[in-house]
Amino acid sequence: MVRRFGWALLVPCAAMSWVATAQDLPTPVPDNEVFKREDIGHALAEPTPQAGKTAASAANAPPDDGQWTMPSKNYASTRFSSLTEITPANVKDLQPVFTFSLAVNKGQEAAPIVADNTMYVVTAYPNIVYALDLAKPGAPLKWKFAPNPAPASQGVACCDVVNRGGSVDAGKYIFTTLDGQVIALDVKTGKPVWRTQLGNINMGETITMAPTVAAGKVYVGNSGGEFGVRGWVIALDESTGKLAWRAYATGPDADVLIGEGFKPYYSGEQGKDLGVSTWPAQAWKIGGGGMWGWITYDAELGALYHGTSNPGPWNQEQRPGDNKWTAGIFARDPATGAAHWFYQYSPHDEHDYDGINEQILLDMPFGGAMRKVLVHLDRDGYVYVIDRVTGQVLSADPFGPTNSTQGIDLKTGRPIVNPEKSTKVGQTVHNICPTASGSKDWNPSSFSPQTGLIYIPHENMCMDWMDMQVSYIEGTPYVGAEVHMKAGPGGNRGELTAWDPVMRKPVWQIKENFPIWSGTVVTGGDVVFYGSMDGWFKAVNAKTGEVVWKYKVDSGIISQPVSYKGPDGHQYIAVLSGVGGWSGAVVSGPVDPRDGSAALGMVNAMSDLPKYTTAGGTLYVFALPH
Amino acid sequence: MCSHFRIEKRTSAGLKAGGVLRVTVAVLAAGVGLSLMAGCSKTWQPPKAAVSSVAPGQQQTPIDSALSPGTGHSMVVNDPRVAKYYDNADAVNKGRILFGQFNCSGCHSNGGGGIGPDLMDDEWIYGGRIEQIHETIVDGRPNGMPAWGGKIPDEQIWEIATYVRSMSLPQTLAAETGNTPSQSPAPVPASADQGNGWSPPADTTNDYTMTTKGSD
Repeated sequence: MVRRFGWALLVPCAAMSWVATAQDLPTPVPDNEVFKREDIGHALAEPTPQAGKTAASAANAPPDDGQWTMPSKNYASTRFSSLTEITPANVKDLQPVFTFSLAVNKGQEAAPIVADNTMYVVTAYPNIVYALDLAKPGAPLKWKFAPNPAPASQGVACCDVVNRGGSVDAGKYIFTTLDGQVIALDVKTGKPVWRTQLGNINMGETITMAPTVAAGKVYVGNSGGEFGVRGWVIALDESTGKLAWRAYATGPDADVLIGEGFKPYYSGEQGKDLGVSTWPAQAWKIGGGGMWGWITYDAELGALYHGTSNPGPWNQEQRPGDNKWTAGIFARDPATGAAHWFYQYSPHDEHDYDGINEQILLDMPFGGAMRKVLVHLDRDGYVYVIDRVTGQVLSADPFGPTNSTQGIDLKTGRPIVNPEKSTKVGQTVHNICPTASGSKDWNPSSFSPQTGLIYIPHENMCMDWMDMQVSYIEGTPYVGAEVHMKAGPGGNRGELTAWDPVMRKPVWQIKENFPIWSGTVVTGGDVVFYGSMDGWFKAVNAKTGEVVWKYKVDSGIISQPVSYKGPDGHQYIAVLSGVGGWSGAVVSGPVDPRDGSAALGMVNAMSDLPKYTTAGGTLYVFALPH
Repeated sequence: MCSHFRIEKRTSAGLKAGGVLRVTVAVLAAGVGLSLMAGCSKTWQPPKAAVSSVAPGQQQTPIDSALSPGTGHSMVVNDPRVAKYYDNADAVNKGRILFGQFNCSGCHSNGGGGIGPDLMDDEWIYGGRIEQIHETIVDGRPNGMPAWGGKIPDEQIWEIATYVRSMSLPQTLAAETGNTPSQSPAPVPASADQGNGWSPPADTTNDYTMTTKGSD
């Protein structure tokens, strides 16, 4: 019900008297509409914590040098900083030491990168890169690089014009642009060493991910699962930018780089040209399966792991079949791209559950022995612990509200789909959990070897969904669904969960009003940092979950905080403000909060965000007084 | 009607669109500022004198400019083809269906936007009259709007434009029930695009993030 107020217009010069916002927030999904974690979580064996201590291997998480050269901190993707100066006891004294305006008021998702006493930040479109000199007072600008991506790329970016960061390696800062370029800058001069055009915006392809730089190559994939792209992952030669290999996510085996060495664990992934035969004729050519999240390099096993995005269109009735190889994970040979194994989290995905979230590489006790696993927090709401040698799922437990599936069948690897939450053309299915953006979206978790816990920043949201017939028109959205999101049980839209992967349960949880769209970082001082969409940067006791410090910044936070050792030997914490992204488009985008279906249905759950924050974009760096 | 906020926004949009005017930004901005201070209840008047060049070393004094801010309705005026789409219920209803079929809704949702701008408020980058919306659909726009001219029959582009124009009509907004607007589009009255072109519905302000409604 929208009641109209006339008085604002009666006040002369009342341009500032904006009143209220949007529609009313939808009613949260009742508790009894989701399954209990204990009822649908499964594992192949009982927990055996006595078999050893969970940690990343030295090859994937070498001793901390105090820098932060890649968004994931290390190949293991622990996002653990061993620095101990800041503790739960003294963090109350933390204060900003410098800030820097990014001059871009769109969603800032990048991690600040620190190497050789220089900090590198890349902004949302137009993807400006700043290099700041940490050795000088106030960290002055060393250089700035503006890649000038094609403005039309904004029109094929599904969910704000974000960028998830760059990496420094071998004297280069390597990042991507929205219009599909990968660029390597000389860290000394800020001038391009090479720039390679990969994506084609006329086909709906953009690039938003942080490239993974390892083993002399740069690994990157395309966005566009909502535009009918054909997903791919590409390896470029790190020194020249030249193409080394490309692996598609759909189509004939030869295109997917599936050959004799392909040994998937489950029979459902075995067979010839499944990337063609699990689709209606030709549909694989516009079937999605992009890669816009986290590609993980395993220095210990010489492997590469990457997820694949949702199949397209969202309207599942237009693509009967398992839709290989979307919404799953590949293990590949980093040198050739040849597939080792594949596991599909969501065969024939009906809810936009991309498989592109992070993989944390750990050695973990399971079934009485230490196993080399990857832990993946999927959009579908499960913590997957997967043997990264074989691709076998060892355990799968929900960490958020779930009713679209009733657990993962560990014999077949397939989710047990709940037919009541299956989506349909012309009929709205209510209260599907998790929502399209998942129990957790792209924003990465962290792992502390000290506590053995994974700090998962995530959502507590559900949705109503109606499929609609959609035509493929090149360069336009290929979605075919009308979605309205809402809060999950309890009404809080976000949660920070400290998850014990060995015991398969949460140890503590913090509820947030808005979905948590920032990453987390955890430190040797046992402090977890994260940001909220209403603009609080928070420090949490990693053991207890007690919020021990918070600081209000100029705009909501959806980026990746980092911890580093400055030139003076002290510990610093850096984070970007700047709300936006899919969840924040109602603030950063040209979006009207009265339309709940706007921004792919996210606005329905987020129409009150403009009351709490405005668009922005600022680097904040904090330290203890010294 | 206090309209200075809209003038200011359109000024900056006009300057951005026509980069050749960059030299005059400061002068023009000053002119607009002065007119705002004069009181928003008055009709905005363009300054009279032209910009004059200043020789090196000579002191710059405040001058009036004959330039006026770019307005959203200067691109197409009085396209005779538009007439039949006013007061035309059939056109808005056909336009609503076409809006979905050509994936307009993929970017603009049900008028609330997402990938592309929202269309149900009073903010128009390229003009909000039916003929201007038609032109935007035909030619496309540089920040991602595809050019549909020749790809959709022109008659249908007019119908889509008419539906888009209807989204922000008070009658269409009033018909909104729940969280999915623009489902019962009102025919566009000819008066809606008369005079100074477009005027905002009585219940919205000039910022698309804020809409007047009941207390909460």
